[in-house]
Amino acid sequence: MSDYLVQFNNISKFFGKVIALKDVTMRLKKGEIMCLLGDNGAGKSTLIKTLAGVHKPDEGEIIFEDNKIVFDSPKDALDIGIGTVYQDLALVPLMSVTRNFFMGREPQKGIPFLKTFDVEKANKIAADRMGQIGIDVRDPSQAVGTMSGGERQCLAISRAIYFGAKVLVLDEPTSALGVHQASMVLKYIVKAASEGLAVILITHNVHHAYPVGNSFTVLNRGKSMGTFQKKDISREKLLSMMAGGEELDKLEVELQEMDRIHNKN
Amino acid sequence: MSLKSKSISSKSSLNEDERLKKISPLRVLLNRPELGALGGSILVFIFFGIVAGDTGMFSAYGMLNFLDVSANLGIIAIAAAMLMIGGEFDLSIGSMIGFAGICIAIPAIYWGWPLWMSIVFAFAMAVLVGYFNGIMVVKTGLPSFIVTLAMLFILRGLTLAITRLITGRTQVPGLRVLIEDDPLAWLFATDTFKWFFTWLGSLKLIELRTDGTPLATGIPPSVIWFIALTLFATWILMKTRYGNWIFASGGDKVGATNVGVPVGRVKISLFIGTAVASTIFACIQVLDAGSADTMRGTLKELEAIAAAVVGGCLLTGGYGSAIGAAFGAIIFGTVSMGIFYTDVDTDWFKVFLGAMMLIAVVFNNYIRKKVTESK
Repeated sequence: MSDYLVQFNNISKFFGKVIALKDVTMRLKKGEIMCLLGDNGAGKSTLIKTLAGVHKPDEGEIIFEDNKIVFDSPKDALDIGIGTVYQDLALVPLMSVTRNFFMGREPQKGIPFLKTFDVEKANKIAADRMGQIGIDVRDPSQAVGTMSGGERQCLAISRAIYFGAKVLVLDEPTSALGVHQASMVLKYIVKAASEGLAVILITHNVHHAYPVGNSFTVLNRGKSMGTFQKKDISREKLLSMMAGGEELDKLEVELQEMDRIHNKN
Repeated sequence: MSLKSKSISSKSSLNEDERLKKISPLRVLLNRPELGALGGSILVFIFFGIVAGDTGMFSAYGMLNFLDVSANLGIIAIAAAMLMIGGEFDLSIGSMIGFAGICIAIPAIYWGWPLWMSIVFAFAMAVLVGYFNGIMVVKTGLPSFIVTLAMLFILRGLTLAITRLITGRTQVPGLRVLIEDDPLAWLFATDTFKWFFTWLGSLKLIELRTDGTPLATGIPPSVIWFIALTLFATWILMKTRYGNWIFASGGDKVGATNVGVPVGRVKISLFIGTAVASTIFACIQVLDAGSADTMRGTLKELEAIAAAVVGGCLLTGGYGSAIGAAFGAIIFGTVSMGIFYTDVDTDWFKVFLGAMMLIAVVFNNYIRKKVTESK
């Protein structure tokens, strides 16, 4: 038995002539948070969809708990325990916290053919789960639309964990959030990892990734630029490895130049 | 969206956010979709109580009269509301009523089928039409507005063409004699609680005919169906898994699909629901009148949608209630009948209907903003 909970070995994905992903390898242990970094168009979305079973990889293999796995649908990925939280979160703002939490997987009670949605049990579980992460939903029948962005993110993550995720794939969980909200979500992610989940955190924000990540995989134009342990790489190095880094250096030089010209006049 | 709100775990009060204020019970009530329609119904009753209180509108006969009209509209309004919560429209409701009517009448009168068999046939056709509407909307991704608008014309045209082809006319009378002893027709044609009205009559508590029988003979079948359907739909929406799927399908199709809700199946079943409700409506009316008319049900789809909207359904789906739609129907039914008891010209009814809908939409929009207000 290898150390790794899940391994994505040499994954490639082509769309016609376009090489979306080429030889990307990621390996995660239990309790590990791997940050997947990359600029827009680096192939992050394609990689997530491959992990979630939406796309089948054209090359490479997925090994989960030492078994080679082929996903035919997103449901297969969910069933073995790869829970993906997409950017849109799959939450309905007009529906209650409870109804969102159990959407599609409602607990039932009663006799066959007259089974009812066990709202009380569902309310209790939803409130408990949200309470564990320090979010007081007060009234689980309140609409999700009344929650803050960070709380919604936590609800979606909490839901994925409750329904059996062992590997959590999070797509830009902090991108739309302010500092306070983002730190709430990051704290929760660390807590989830400490309870034995493997987390793949997709982001283009190094400042959010660096404090929580154990390892970092950088994607650039469909290729992995390598996976680095936290001790081996600095925040600045990571930033410059993402395509944005060089660009930003260039921008800085250009701005200085403009400043210089401006001061001269 | 459960009806009651509960406060939760005691430990959570420690990290309570100071920016949150306590929500008053009134606010909870305000967040219920049916509030507007309930309030509207009360206002309408108060209005007619003052204006037409002594005209016989609120006699047993008068009340059954406007309840009957409300109930008929309510039967289709509830199905329309459920479909709207599921995020779709059905404009073919009115045409389906006409179509179902001749599906009952022509086999029964011209082909010699027993009445129960033609009724079963009409329901089978309704399932087919609903299924077709649903599968078209789900598979093509076209707006249901367009698909069912097409069905509105197709069904009305078919109804006219087939009826004229077979009968040479646009009406098929002669059903009344078939109702007696039919094993199914009584479901749509029997007044209930007759003994109660007879008893009231014997006590001279309600108006009597000259022969001594009460003017109001019993609760019409429409009212029983209306109450049963309201309860059934509310139970589905609030208490079952399928109900949650309806809200989810209408609220966010993509999100619902991502978490495993069979959105397509839910929508198709809701389209079947509106077609079946139209057929229940048709059965009651055709058996009551004893004849089928090809133009029966014209514009009923719009009244049903109006009642659903007044009842708190959002046009964009994902929000609303069956009870709300029921009260919406009661408002329209009461006003359309009540206006006869006042000095107001009945032409004003449509003005009222339109104004009521506008107010409801503005109100609903405001409520939706309140409900989804971020803190």
